[in-house]
Amino acid sequence: MLTVTELRAAVEQRLDETGRAWLDGALTDAATSEPRPDAPGPARWELDFASAGRHVRTPATGRPVTADRPGPDGLGPVDLPDAARVLILHAARADAPTVARLYAHGTGAERRAVLRALPHLGLFAGADAVPLVEDALRTNDTRLVAAAVGPYAARHLSPHSWRQAVLKCLFTGVPLSAVADWERRARGDGELGRMLGDYARERTAAGRPVPGDLDRVLAMTRALPGAPRALTREES
Amino acid sequence: MRIFDPHIHMTSRTTDDYEAMYAAGVRALVEPSFWLGQPRTSPASFYDYFDSLLGWEPFRAAQHGIAHHCTLALNPKEANDPRCTPVLDELPRYLVKDGVVAVGEIGYDSMTPAEDAALAAQLQLAADHGLPALVHTPHRDKLAGLRRTLDVVGESALPPDRVLVDHLNETTVKEAKDSGCWLGFSVYPDTKMDEERMVAILRAYGPEKVLVNSAADWGRSDPLKTRKVGDLMRAEGFTEDEVDLVLWRNPVAFYGLSGRLELDLDADDTAATATHEGNSILRGAPAAAPAER
Repeated sequence: MLTVTELRAAVEQRLDETGRAWLDGALTDAATSEPRPDAPGPARWELDFASAGRHVRTPATGRPVTADRPGPDGLGPVDLPDAARVLILHAARADAPTVARLYAHGTGAERRAVLRALPHLGLFAGADAVPLVEDALRTNDTRLVAAAVGPYAARHLSPHSWRQAVLKCLFTGVPLSAVADWERRARGDGELGRMLGDYARERTAAGRPVPGDLDRVLAMTRALPGAPRALTREES
Repeated sequence: MRIFDPHIHMTSRTTDDYEAMYAAGVRALVEPSFWLGQPRTSPASFYDYFDSLLGWEPFRAAQHGIAHHCTLALNPKEANDPRCTPVLDELPRYLVKDGVVAVGEIGYDSMTPAEDAALAAQLQLAADHGLPALVHTPHRDKLAGLRRTLDVVGESALPPDRVLVDHLNETTVKEAKDSGCWLGFSVYPDTKMDEERMVAILRAYGPEKVLVNSAADWGRSDPLKTRKVGDLMRAEGFTEDEVDLVLWRNPVAFYGLSGRLELDLDADDTAATATHEGNSILRGAPAAAPAER
């Protein structure tokens, strides 16, 4: 996962001068905002959070946006608005009630950005944002599901919720690479192993292929807790 | 043939429709918020619906290779129910969202004072948020409804070239065209327009500023009517460029007035587009809108 500094550099590198100036203004606004409990309407930075998608764009090149692959930093053109929103939330030092409100009032893209921001915010140590993650895991929007199973979920989801999340990823085609820290949490988890085995049998009985990622998680559930890593990071 | 359906209610349609639309050439659409058939009784029902038009439905469309944008508003029918009118106060929170490319559909249903108030208030909201407006014309008493609509538009802060007047027909097209508004036509199996009459209107009035939509919803309607109009235009001697103007470039130009249109097409489509307009038009023309920062 990129640090906030690396993320900002990666975003700015992809923007033209107008986009960089907009982002700089938005982050300055967010960083200097004060709590305003009695003010009507949303704060300036919250409007920037909402409208980031139309301000932070890859400059038009005449090439199709979808043809651009993510760079070495893992950030693709379609990730730019998400990244800008993460930076705005970080600059605003958004707390748990604020992210809960923005999530509740958010579009799909805004909700995704809130979920992606969680590991970068001060609230990361507490479990207050777990209801947002659980809400996203109830949806069938795979972009939300993938954003929900990041480092915050790895740290805070209960064993039952986390197992259900892993199974949902396999079920809906969200790649295992989206599930943060899965090796640590799956290691020696016999109940997860049982669920995965049952799912594989159900697929086989229906004549359908078993997701390739399933075997990797299943193998990890059979590893002894605390035993040496069964897979290196490069292999996973 | 690339097609942009500028008015279709996908919430009421199936994945089979999405697949058939893609196969017919539909690559982009706009879903206006509207009456769901069953009256709503609380503002919260609207907010869940708006959230769906900004969350789940664009995801569903993207899975079928179609770009989804929406227009949001309190529709005229439910503007008559005082339990629903608080939606007007909450709309500004939604009108800043990236996926919203117009205020709509607004206009008249029964031409009541409550509808007058909602229409005027929402035209002002459009002007305040740098958005164009999708204004439908009533199903009953249509010509009188059009005249009253154009009067309210004329009194509003929104110039006519930022207004799309929809559900037009032979009786209303001339006055709508003279007003300087964009011209929308809904092609239906039984009511509103059909393909043959649509082509006759295009021949009589020209393709400039004309948008053709299916307005497909939960009633008897057909999401492929846009393609059928395009096919008939070609059969009746219109050029490919004229078909492209009506079925793609006009909707892109109108909703592009928002500055919020994002059309990420696959490589072949975008290459074809680039030969017409260059890539920038896909994202919409920079809006003559209030500066947002």
